[in-house]
Amino acid sequence: MRVAGTSAPRTDGIAKVTGAARYAIDLSVPGMAHVIVVRSSRAHANIRGIETSAAAAAPGVLRVITGADLLAAGLTPYYGHVVLDHPVLAIGKVRFHGEPVALVVAESRREAAEAADLVEVDYEELPSVTDAVEALAPGAPVLHEARGERVGDEGMDGGEAGLAGNVCSVAEFEWGDVDAAFKTAPVVVEGEYRYPMLYGYAMEPYNALAFFDQGDLVVYSSAQHVYMVRRDLARMFGLALARVRVIAPYVGGGYGTKSYTKVEGMTAMATYFTGRPAKLDCSVEEAMLTTRSDSALIKARSAFTKDGMLLARDFEIIMNSGAYTDNSPLVNQKTANRCFGPYKIPALRVRATSTFTNTVPASSLRGFGAPVGNIAGELQMDEAAHKLGIDAVELRLKNLVGPGEQLLPGKRGLDADLKDDLRCLSGSLGWPGTGPGSVGLGVSASDAGAYPTSTAAVRIHADSSVTLFTGSTELGQGSRTVLSQIVAEDLGIPLDTVSIVSGDTGVVTYERTTGASRTTTVTGRAIQEACKDARLRVRELAAQVFAVPLAAVEDSLAGVRVEQQDLSYGEVIERWFGAGGEVLGHGAVRKADGFAMMPPFWEIGCSGVSLTIDRETGVVTIEKLTTIGDVGFAINPALVHGQDAGASMMGLGAALHEELVYEGEQLVNSNIVDYRVPRFSDIPKEVELILAQRRDGSGPYGAKGAGEGAGNTIGGAVASAIGRAIGIFPHELPATPERVWRLMRATEDAQKKR
Amino acid sequence: MARREIGLTLNGVERTLEVEDQVLLIELVRGLGLVGTKLSCDTQVCGACTVLLDGRPVSSCTTLAIEAEGRTVDTIEGLADGNQLHPIQQAFIDRFAFQCGYCTPGMIMAAKALLDERPHPDAATVKHWMEGNICRCTGYGTIVEAVLDVSDPSRVLPAPSAGRGAR
Repeated sequence: MRVAGTSAPRTDGIAKVTGAARYAIDLSVPGMAHVIVVRSSRAHANIRGIETSAAAAAPGVLRVITGADLLAAGLTPYYGHVVLDHPVLAIGKVRFHGEPVALVVAESRREAAEAADLVEVDYEELPSVTDAVEALAPGAPVLHEARGERVGDEGMDGGEAGLAGNVCSVAEFEWGDVDAAFKTAPVVVEGEYRYPMLYGYAMEPYNALAFFDQGDLVVYSSAQHVYMVRRDLARMFGLALARVRVIAPYVGGGYGTKSYTKVEGMTAMATYFTGRPAKLDCSVEEAMLTTRSDSALIKARSAFTKDGMLLARDFEIIMNSGAYTDNSPLVNQKTANRCFGPYKIPALRVRATSTFTNTVPASSLRGFGAPVGNIAGELQMDEAAHKLGIDAVELRLKNLVGPGEQLLPGKRGLDADLKDDLRCLSGSLGWPGTGPGSVGLGVSASDAGAYPTSTAAVRIHADSSVTLFTGSTELGQGSRTVLSQIVAEDLGIPLDTVSIVSGDTGVVTYERTTGASRTTTVTGRAIQEACKDARLRVRELAAQVFAVPLAAVEDSLAGVRVEQQDLSYGEVIERWFGAGGEVLGHGAVRKADGFAMMPPFWEIGCSGVSLTIDRETGVVTIEKLTTIGDVGFAINPALVHGQDAGASMMGLGAALHEELVYEGEQLVNSNIVDYRVPRFSDIPKEVELILAQRRDGSGPYGAKGAGEGAGNTIGGAVASAIGRAIGIFPHELPATPERVWRLMRATEDAQKKR
Repeated sequence: MARREIGLTLNGVERTLEVEDQVLLIELVRGLGLVGTKLSCDTQVCGACTVLLDGRPVSSCTTLAIEAEGRTVDTIEGLADGNQLHPIQQAFIDRFAFQCGYCTPGMIMAAKALLDERPHPDAATVKHWMEGNICRCTGYGTIVEAVLDVSDPSRVLPAPSAGRGAR
């Protein structure tokens, strides 16, 4: 291979280091109006009325818009890709503190903000519930009196029957005789585990710019899934899909937090009601009130034989999913699929309940469900090892699923060698810990890639250079670079003659989503099909030019060989057209052929830490971090390292610092001072990023996805290392200094009593 | 609202601008089309809005524009010499020291202030100096490497690890 497998420099490098890269938040158009959102000051209340006249009369104000206006105009005022229950602006009722209630559109942002203070909402307060367990109890306030229309299947395999009260969705499955196994098992570990509510903090806050052009709705935004947003907007305004154009230029961080619709609907409403281009920029505080990730309470138990073979596992998971459905059913289902680990388990029962509460709506965040379930599933492997007196790595090796073996019935066999990965990881970290550091590690396998619908197009120009069209969005992961490498490799052309157009539904080909680490694998395969198609077109043209059968034309590195002559693509194109011209190749993949079996690939997590604890303060220091990037084949190794380093650092944030905190009805740390994300001082003292390349993926050249895996096991690994150091395993993340200190005091007190 | 004229040197060019008292420095530079300077936390903790005021890094989200009166202001747009990237910019590309790029202009300006003051910092100094700049994508390691590369051009880029193949 010439280009694939090399750490080619990023295609967006110069734009990003010079400040020339334009993000949606940087855009403006002449005549643009500015939108400020009026947000609910109640967690749960009926809206008796909204007084807008003072705001409407304020200087510079063009219009004040409420939910009632949306209904009166005959628009569909709800969005959601699974259930149509998320109002663009509150309709009759608010369900969380911070929910958008009205929009003020004005000539300037300052005028809009000043007028927004004049909007008065008359609330009739209702009892509220912010805790998921309380929300499921009899007599709890119910958020949704009626359920929204089902418009998607994600995570709703079980259907809606039986969904009552505050239950958003349920994922459950079972095999083997779980109860019998627990009755007779020689060793059982059980416990309750808590995973925190998190905010992804993509540094570019949610924003959009919208206007109508020739009747088409045009929206620039910081969206990951431009085609999903297009569908929501088309439904809202009753427009054909073709009449809605969603464009994501450079995007300032995603990590799942920009999946699906956020502020695009509100911005589009502002332009619809004023006839002016409209811009809505959230502050970070507002972004924190827009989307978070689910927190979870996990009751888990695991049964083992005396020699450490798993007999059964049983998980009961309650997810706090916030006020609206959004992506919670899928997050819930993935948590169920990812909690028990890549082990051979004779009897398994999992039940996960996504729960509505009067809190910020939860949706996707990097690896969703995997880090959440991992803390219970993997920590119990460590606790069992401790109880059994067996080395915790040996215990995992005994039970791990091997290459090609099934993890879940009806799903793709495991396309990875986890045992080898784990041996490599434990070697790097000096397991079981010979130095001063306490070692913790873990494994996971995530059903990644999402539904494998992807298309791509390549245009070969008259000089043999190529433009690639893809609906996949560049979020910083480096997709433009990697996808360009695939084109250069498959068409045999220099990388610097490939240009890429992405993230614009008016121009590029359909891509279902940019998430679940799918781009290299799924989009990459669609691009390979497009390259094949383009080569076929060129051969067809050459056959006509030389008046020979198609079979007499062969592919060469970057063109064709026909009648003992070598011609480049461009030479064939020019000779066929006479002057100028181009060839267009289209490629598509679907849930068939290489992707017939779900998931498209298993995303492997295999990473761990060595850490020390300050006994006086409970402060944890990461001495070493190791990740095994089991990606099949690294098309751009430096970019894979970047994904692994970034994902594991984000994992360390959740493990040690990050947690959204509700006190009463309000989120009390909705700012980056009080919500602490990792900084330079949190870099582990040593980092080893190892790649495992066995060409066992379903993507191009045997590649499979990266981006989430390295972070998925970090929370569990940190808890495990702390537990091995202090003699008691933390069951709650983040392991803040206070929590660690309290655990240490508790163990000391217990020892004194003995 | 009170308006006044201020004189400043912006990216090497002397300018006289009329500004309202309450306008922030970030609003001033972005209003002039210099949108490489980014707003994020808006509370002086993330560093995305970092510009240099008389060569020192400041958070332009919490600095009044009128504070720039009579001083020099440098933004990311002024760093390259035409098409010739500044060594820090080139090092960021070579080390893959950014992903989404949103924090990058502020990160590079903070690094420039450091290297102007201390041309040969060690890794601990880099980390300490850059503590006020947040990156959510990279995990920071490559950024430290990039800054050290500029301070010591003899450093050799390691080949990305060949990794672990099938056995």
